[in-house]
Amino acid sequence: MYRYDAFDQRIVDERVAQFRDQTRRFLAGELSEDEFRPLRLQNGLYIQRYAPMLRVAVPYGMLSSKQLRTLAHIGRKYDKGYGHFTTRQNIQFNWPRLEDAPDILAELARVEMHAIQTSGNCIRNITSDHFAGVAGDELVDPRPYCELFRQWSTFHPEFAYLPRKFKIAVSGSEVDRAATLVHDIGVHAVRDASGEVGFRVLVGGGLGRTPIVGHVIREFVTRAEVLNYFDAIMRVYNRFGRRDNKYKARIKILVKEMTLDVFRGHVEAEWERLKGGAGCVPDAEIARLTTFFDAPEYDLLPGDDAGFRAAVADNRGFANWVKRNVFPHKVPGYAAVTLSLKKTGVPPGDATSDQMDTVADLADAYSFGELRVSHEQNLIFADVKQEALLALWGELKALGFATPNIGLLTDIICCPGGDFCSLANAKSIPIAEAIQRRFDDLDYLYDLGDIALNISGCMNACGHHHVGNIGVLGVDKNGEEWYQVSIGGDQGMQASLGKVIGPSFAASEMPDVVERVIDVYVERRHEDERFIDAVRRLGIEPFKERVYASAH
Amino acid sequence: MPQLIKDRAVTADTWALLRTAATLADLPENGSIIVPLQLWTQHRVTLSARGNVGVLLAPADDPAALVEDIATIPLIAVDFPQFTDGRGYSTARLLREKYAFKAELRAVGDVLRDQLYYLAASGFNAFALHADRDPQEALKAFGDFSDNYQATVAQPLPHFSRRAASTFNVHGAKGQ
Repeated sequence: MYRYDAFDQRIVDERVAQFRDQTRRFLAGELSEDEFRPLRLQNGLYIQRYAPMLRVAVPYGMLSSKQLRTLAHIGRKYDKGYGHFTTRQNIQFNWPRLEDAPDILAELARVEMHAIQTSGNCIRNITSDHFAGVAGDELVDPRPYCELFRQWSTFHPEFAYLPRKFKIAVSGSEVDRAATLVHDIGVHAVRDASGEVGFRVLVGGGLGRTPIVGHVIREFVTRAEVLNYFDAIMRVYNRFGRRDNKYKARIKILVKEMTLDVFRGHVEAEWERLKGGAGCVPDAEIARLTTFFDAPEYDLLPGDDAGFRAAVADNRGFANWVKRNVFPHKVPGYAAVTLSLKKTGVPPGDATSDQMDTVADLADAYSFGELRVSHEQNLIFADVKQEALLALWGELKALGFATPNIGLLTDIICCPGGDFCSLANAKSIPIAEAIQRRFDDLDYLYDLGDIALNISGCMNACGHHHVGNIGVLGVDKNGEEWYQVSIGGDQGMQASLGKVIGPSFAASEMPDVVERVIDVYVERRHEDERFIDAVRRLGIEPFKERVYASAH
Repeated sequence: MPQLIKDRAVTADTWALLRTAATLADLPENGSIIVPLQLWTQHRVTLSARGNVGVLLAPADDPAALVEDIATIPLIAVDFPQFTDGRGYSTARLLREKYAFKAELRAVGDVLRDQLYYLAASGFNAFALHADRDPQEALKAFGDFSDNYQATVAQPLPHFSRRAASTFNVHGAKGQ
């Protein structure tokens, strides 16, 4: 993974000193609440329902075991002994004290981490494919480019006060595992006919109040020109994006109101001026960044480990886990493992400091001391030997991270919701738990297969409910918490937005509602037809009829 | 006389900012003045002849409107009605890089210490800080960071180009 050089370290250290002084001046009354707010947000610090919340950046989801131990330590020393992994591959601490934030940032800086631009109206943490570098379907390893984009966006002086937040996701595979179509900018690392690496750029996707699937603005931008092209997009957005209404301030609204063609015209005109200029990325820089993501020293192994195959054949629990939580690796004899942070009864994405320490030890023992955070709020060991999977499974079971439910109905993506977040209309974690409890029969869950269920506690859509096969949105009706259900959403290259099936439900009705939706699927599905495909074929009507028929 | 930060030093501000001037009759007879873009475009010839007239750009104003005057205009002020409205950063960048404006580029309005570093990097060299803030104290903000990844107006080469050059030198030294 990327390692800071003296320059990277120096400016992160300078940021810590800057924020320490800003916090001091705020606490001394020299900075007003309004003046301090954007400063603390751009350092990841929210003022939440009960306490500040600190969101720490995990750039494109990559973590070292050493960094994870620091996160565990921060959870223990400054919080209540746990952290929450988010849908943007970051980690949040829900209970730090404002006064401690500068010290926490200083501790992070010592392990090459920060909370820079994890909030605020600026370019946020770049997200990517959690199987980057190991997936067999990968065209280009996106990580060197993620790091290039991270550095370009970090402290970009011109784009720190945008109309609204700005999220970029990068994928390098045929299958999009980074939800690039629902980002302000989606980037696909591709190769042109001559084999040269470049980028397909999408713009104007996003969730929130007005969910929109992004559009391709340019099919191919070279590596040399990509930052000039981004600068052009950002400048057009910064100048012309709406600032009169925060709900209409995202780039997706600008693109929609301007039309894609007009927006593209502005971008192309600006880019024309920048082309070939100082912003061109030198080959040497790409080569430098690429070396950080060279393959680790894999052992030369046979394609399939015999002991592993035997264990799968005679251990059903292990086989279930392998089926759901183990992902094929491009290197023979290796596999990528997903640690499920979706055990029933635990808020999705939460991990205790003790668990983090153990995961760090396991990463050292099994996966070259590195791990990734997925936007589905799970953790990944990307480079595990097949022959070690059985032993690792045992360790993860003891830890509570071996729930064999990746991609299943109970692998729920869920925001912190009304239990923590001051923006939320409704709680989301108890809904997730009630649904997990209802669907506790693993055999049945396996039979149902891939179903993404996403829960957001409000319109801001941190739980990405629009792209859930089943989406749940918390709404406020006269001060009461209600839940609106949509079906048919999907992420990936065929991203689609779910359709609302009808009036919202009380929390207590939610497990029944989901069960009725699933019943229709089970009755009407074709052989081997996934839930999302059945919804696409059947439309929402049969589901709607069943859910509302017996509910009233 | 109000104070101004200019070229990283505190100095007296000798310019009168006339935000609401709508006609020539609103202007004082003498002294250096900054007038809104609209007044400037209506009376360009008269105001140019007067000399010592700067132009105030609102966040939505297109700096292209000043393209013909760019070499002669002594001062352009860019307004920040709220410091969180970041359009002025792009305005400054365009003025410096696209239109090659060389004279004083001044940030006015809701201008605060904690934005000075990015404002300077975007091309501003003068800052009319809030009257109730200590400009001497605010000078420290220019030292918040020692460098940037990106190309800035002050440092037109992005760090990666300079990093590549320095790496090359290290290797070159090794080879000798």
